[in-house]
Amino acid sequence: MTATTAPDQGTKATAEKGLKGSEGGVGNPTTLWIVRGIVLFIVLIWLVPAVGLLVTSLRQQALIETTGWWTAFATLGDTGQWTLAHYEQVLTSGGFDTAFVNTLVVSVPATIMPITIATFAAYAFSWMEFKGRFLMFATVVGLLAVPLQVALIPLQRLYNGFEVTIPGLQYLMVPLINLTTGTDIAVGNATAAIGMPLELNGTFLGVWLVHTGFGLPLAVYLLRNYIGSLPSELIESARIDGADHYQIFTRLIIPLSVPALASFAIFQFLWVFNDYLVAFVFLGTGRGEQVLTVALQQLNSSQTNSWHLLTAGAFISMVVPMIVFFSLQRFFVRGMTAGAVKG
Amino acid sequence: MADTTTGRDQAPDPDDTIEQHREDIEQHREDDDTVFVEDKLGAGGAATVAILGVVAALAVPGLLYYTLQVAFDLLSEDLPRWLVGVVAILIGVVGAFALYTAVDLAIKRLPRRISERVQPYAWAGPAMVIVAVFLMYPAFDTMRVSFMDRSADNYIGWDNYRYVFTDDAMLRSLRNTVLWVFFVPAVCVAIGLGFAVLADKLKRLESVSKSLIFLPMAISFVGAGIVWRFVYSFRIATEGTNQIGLLNSIMVGLGQDPLNWLRLEPWNNLFLMIVFVWLQVGFSMVILSGAIKGVPGDILEAARIDGATEIQIFWRVVVPTIMSSIVVVFTTMIIGVLKVFDIVWVMTGGQAGTEVIAERMIREFFVFRHFGRGAAIATFMFLSVIPVMYLNIKRFREEEALR
Repeated sequence: MTATTAPDQGTKATAEKGLKGSEGGVGNPTTLWIVRGIVLFIVLIWLVPAVGLLVTSLRQQALIETTGWWTAFATLGDTGQWTLAHYEQVLTSGGFDTAFVNTLVVSVPATIMPITIATFAAYAFSWMEFKGRFLMFATVVGLLAVPLQVALIPLQRLYNGFEVTIPGLQYLMVPLINLTTGTDIAVGNATAAIGMPLELNGTFLGVWLVHTGFGLPLAVYLLRNYIGSLPSELIESARIDGADHYQIFTRLIIPLSVPALASFAIFQFLWVFNDYLVAFVFLGTGRGEQVLTVALQQLNSSQTNSWHLLTAGAFISMVVPMIVFFSLQRFFVRGMTAGAVKG
Repeated sequence: MADTTTGRDQAPDPDDTIEQHREDIEQHREDDDTVFVEDKLGAGGAATVAILGVVAALAVPGLLYYTLQVAFDLLSEDLPRWLVGVVAILIGVVGAFALYTAVDLAIKRLPRRISERVQPYAWAGPAMVIVAVFLMYPAFDTMRVSFMDRSADNYIGWDNYRYVFTDDAMLRSLRNTVLWVFFVPAVCVAIGLGFAVLADKLKRLESVSKSLIFLPMAISFVGAGIVWRFVYSFRIATEGTNQIGLLNSIMVGLGQDPLNWLRLEPWNNLFLMIVFVWLQVGFSMVILSGAIKGVPGDILEAARIDGATEIQIFWRVVVPTIMSSIVVVFTTMIIGVLKVFDIVWVMTGGQAGTEVIAERMIREFFVFRHFGRGAAIATFMFLSVIPVMYLNIKRFREEEALR
């Protein structure tokens, strides 16, 4: 009750507390060195495969096919062993340039749409009283576990258009049609259906919608956990001051939720950027539509042992995720902990 | 990070502010009373609220879809890709928010006792509508199609399920998926927890080492598949042939024969699992590390004063305290493993006894074009995920009870 006047101080105090919590220690210096050694060893194992990929993508093709990538370190002075030709080849004749643009066109809207929709829903689930609130939220959380595979067949069929026969509708529609067009159709032989022709297979819109649908449960779950854990005194006092839900939402909740929003945005962006299955099924493997992961798998299945192209292609597909990850890492990690470890 | 309790740790207010608050609260109570009197709705009012609620829930997704569809029809097919992106971003960001605002304004024009009840449905409804179309409808439709034939035209009873549990490749995929579920989450939790505990003891090295372990999380399964196919790559050993794959080079260095790792049944399944662990340990490590930092310092202090060793503290204090986080990691990993597809698809194509159920599903559906069998496998996947789903919802209930 006493904190209601100082929301900003509240969040600062939380941040400081989090930092202090990270101090832990072992007194013994020998133990510390052993710990350090183990940690470094694991890190090294984790890095080696990726380093191998990067080094290989930059070596001359003849060298790649005759010696291991680690031998490049023995001849570091020899600048003639390095080349960017594989990247050029993959980007131009390999079609990775178009694939790169396509990937961004898929990823950005497919990140922003679910966030907007989920934030409104998360607020409603947290701070509005209404019938079915728990049931609705539990449904969304439950749907978090629906495997993507479950949706593929129905959605691909739905995307070709749909038609639902409604029994009895003909008794309303047929006289209406007869009346307006002057025809004389017999009601007894007619069936009536509501339908919609769709052409969403192979379109960006179709892919955005699938990603929005599949991003929502997690977004609602994470954001509700975050927004619901904001101090209730804060919202109460804003209500007392006469603010309505919309004002509280835009002026209080969104600014306070930036860490959670940013972290989910990064998570969803990387998920969509790295997705293969949805793009493969709903966009396809055509040269004009394919995204990076699809282009890479096409290359992988057609040129199984062209390591100079495969490594360069794989690295191109990793550049954006790595930039995002390194530049926005603190948001990413902070949000993941806030959302999933609450309580 | 958000900690509800910190609000109460603020410096105490001066007396007069408390007095002010008390007045505010009294005022608020009176408001509540008046709202309550106004709030009673007749049957007609309830029906109005129900209808308006449904309309409000449908408004945003319907209009959003319509706007996007019309925008792209108008702009035609030939426009540059980046322009498609920019238009989509504008509609997706500004459009969605503007639609919510417009709907909210419209609702506020209704009588207050009705608008207050309709508003939540306008906010939570769009999300419900979208998950209904993209998750609930497909879930039911997949179950229906699983009883139908190849092209999903006629019902054929249980035949597809008989196929799922008798076909050789399917049986191998079931065995392999069980192995994945058995090993991968446990290994991820073990390595993640171990690394989190160790890194927690270090000061400067902590964040750097954690970032590097976390790094593979940022890359795709397909990319990781290429990375590891290269590590495992194999060339038939003849005089003068160097192994260019790291693992086989190590084997040769140790005086062993090089092995075709990805064809080596049944161990090739293990080599595929390593790729998943390499990618996903970062998640487990970050979640568990956060949980460990959340263990109250005074409890640890008390245990140390009582003479407990670090190992005892870990098993008897830290692990029980962070149990709910461990469960979260486990459930998340199990769901991830049941859906694992790309790694197998890219690295072995399901050959040499490495089938998994998700990979079989895509093959039946997309390669063999047998909708009925694909749907039956998908249904089976869905049913095996339900116990995990139950745990997730249960956790939410417990949380709600504490609020």
